[in-house]
Amino acid sequence: MAKGDLISGSIWDEYSNQVIRRMDDPTHQGEITEEMAAKAGGKLIVADFGAESCGDAVRLYWVVNEETDVIIDSKFKSFGCGTAIASSDVMAELCIGKTVDEAIKITNIDVEHALRDHPDIPAVPPQKMHCSVMAYDVIKKAAAQYKGVDMESFETEKIVCECARVSLSTIQDVIRINDLKTVEQITDYTKAGAFCKSCIRPGGHEEKDIYLVDILADTRALMEQERLKEAADASQEGRSSFDTMTIVQRIKAIDEVLDTDIRPMLIMDGGNMEIIDIKENMPHYDVYIRYLGACSGCASGSTGTLYAMESILKQKIDENIRILPI
Amino acid sequence: MEVYLDNNATTVVDPQVYKAMEPFFCTLYGNPNSLHKFGAGTHPKMVEALNYLYDGINAADEDDIIITANATESNNTVLKGIWIDKILNGDKNHIITSEVEHPSITAVCKFLEAQGVSVTYLPVNDEGVIEAHTVKDFISDDTALVSIMWANNETGKIFPIKEIGAICKEKGVPFHTDATQAIGKIAVDVQACNVTYLSFSAHKFHGPKGVGGLYVKKGHELTPLLHGGEQMGGHRAGTVDVASMVGMGLAMKLAVDHLEFENTEVKRLRDKLEDAILELPETIVIGGKQNRTPNTTLISIRGVEGESMLWDMNQKTIGASTGSACASEDLEANPVMNAFGSDSELAHTGVRFSLSRFNTEEQIDYAIEVIKNAVKRLRTISSSYAYTPKNHKSEL
Repeated sequence: MAKGDLISGSIWDEYSNQVIRRMDDPTHQGEITEEMAAKAGGKLIVADFGAESCGDAVRLYWVVNEETDVIIDSKFKSFGCGTAIASSDVMAELCIGKTVDEAIKITNIDVEHALRDHPDIPAVPPQKMHCSVMAYDVIKKAAAQYKGVDMESFETEKIVCECARVSLSTIQDVIRINDLKTVEQITDYTKAGAFCKSCIRPGGHEEKDIYLVDILADTRALMEQERLKEAADASQEGRSSFDTMTIVQRIKAIDEVLDTDIRPMLIMDGGNMEIIDIKENMPHYDVYIRYLGACSGCASGSTGTLYAMESILKQKIDENIRILPI
Repeated sequence: MEVYLDNNATTVVDPQVYKAMEPFFCTLYGNPNSLHKFGAGTHPKMVEALNYLYDGINAADEDDIIITANATESNNTVLKGIWIDKILNGDKNHIITSEVEHPSITAVCKFLEAQGVSVTYLPVNDEGVIEAHTVKDFISDDTALVSIMWANNETGKIFPIKEIGAICKEKGVPFHTDATQAIGKIAVDVQACNVTYLSFSAHKFHGPKGVGGLYVKKGHELTPLLHGGEQMGGHRAGTVDVASMVGMGLAMKLAVDHLEFENTEVKRLRDKLEDAILELPETIVIGGKQNRTPNTTLISIRGVEGESMLWDMNQKTIGASTGSACASEDLEANPVMNAFGSDSELAHTGVRFSLSRFNTEEQIDYAIEVIKNAVKRLRTISSSYAYTPKNHKSEL
């Protein structure tokens, strides 16, 4: 929250003039019949995407020259809001003159950019990016029909956020590389989840088969697993340092030193000690211990013995170790 | 021509109300709690305002009408007051409300659920109405409060408040009703309906924004939401916005005075608008025409997405509203639309027109013209409406 968020603005205020113009007077709106297609010398393709019950539905008409695969003409019909209509209009326009293979490469982001008045100012508010996604999907559908293939065959990677077209692998990579811990960070790095927000967690505008919260949890769980495995391997090969050790390895390492260098002396005096806990108190590692037997209550426990123990551990394990008797 | 048909969102302030408020800014500016004449000078008009408010909902003198900032505050005061007094410091743990309440009820209930309170959300039937017997089905010894709105903001549907009030009285459970959409549209009588708490908001009946009221029946006082000074008998601290209170009082009087006009003339214009739209093929009144406030109609126009419809009307300076998800900040359809089935086309094609006594015949004629043209244009573009003008007499 900040000054700019306190008064909810009208989403219409954020539409570009292009969006407004195309909503008020879409130039490629209409239908193409078989006769019209034959007259134009091409094959008619009619593709539908979405449904009225979802709030968005679009029908795309193409006339395709079968020798060159070039889209000669393109029109649309749309049930949807202003953004959906304006996006469909630009989408139909962008198709004309392209080959079917080129048209498949048109994304909703291209459509949104084409609707901008100024290259740096978005044509629609974030939550309306969602309405341009259908324009992208329907092109795939039309191309699939023309080529007689399955629509999914055009998808080379799994897209998680359709508004910003961010793939699963991109999100996983960015979490790993930057050690991201929150969904907000993912959005900051990739823009995934910045628009209609459906992909963040279940319960949004649209149901998804995978959500950012799950990707984050799964990726972090995987990262943690790998870290533990790395620590275990390192320790096995004798190349681990104290700060990469797991808590169990740290206790073991300290215990080993105590057993060889400290405990025999304590036991001789009728005492002993145990490790209670190890806490990271950066830059220090605080090792909480308790004296047992004759050692408990011994004055040296907080002076000589303590200093000796600490200096051996510092020397043999890590110089940031501190011993705190409780 | 500008035509405002979104009076369930807010209304124009009646010029008489505005005039009545004016002296309290630069002339009668004293603090009503002060002993001197500057303070005391505000009292006569405040008393008059209270009289109008008490008369407006038929409250007894022994009861309270607390002046609040809005119906949202009134609703919060009741729900959180009940929570503190009857649940945290009592032996109850259950609240009954409906699925179609304003967010100032449902969001508070969600909050209370997170605190461990059990909440029952009653569904509406096919006509968008809560059936009184469902309250009876769920009410128990554990129930601390029943909160059901008097009339729905989207559909204008009037709920069986008298029957629900009777059930609550019989069971000895306090009954709260959010009457925000009822005041000025239909008669509201707290005594006849056994109401314990009632919320209202001035700006829905030609009063100013930022002021509302909460009726509290004697013996049902609650822990206040705002602690502080002794204003409102200690039930709502904070210096009273005198100008707004005076404005709300007069607005209430005028609203009650115009009830007959509302149910004849405003209703006639609403029906005229509605009938003209219903002449277009494949249009329906969502929830049906029975039992509605006289100013409201929620119409589904097949093949036309709600926000698009608002857009085209706005281009011709007509303001209406839609429950369509696409038109909201968060892309969420409103709960009333969802109550009719979120997968239904209705959720995306509903447009709400809400009139007031300030709408004129000419405005409605103009609106009808604009709406017909918008429907024609958008259905031409629409992929989900088979546009075959020759099949329809109206050529739409």
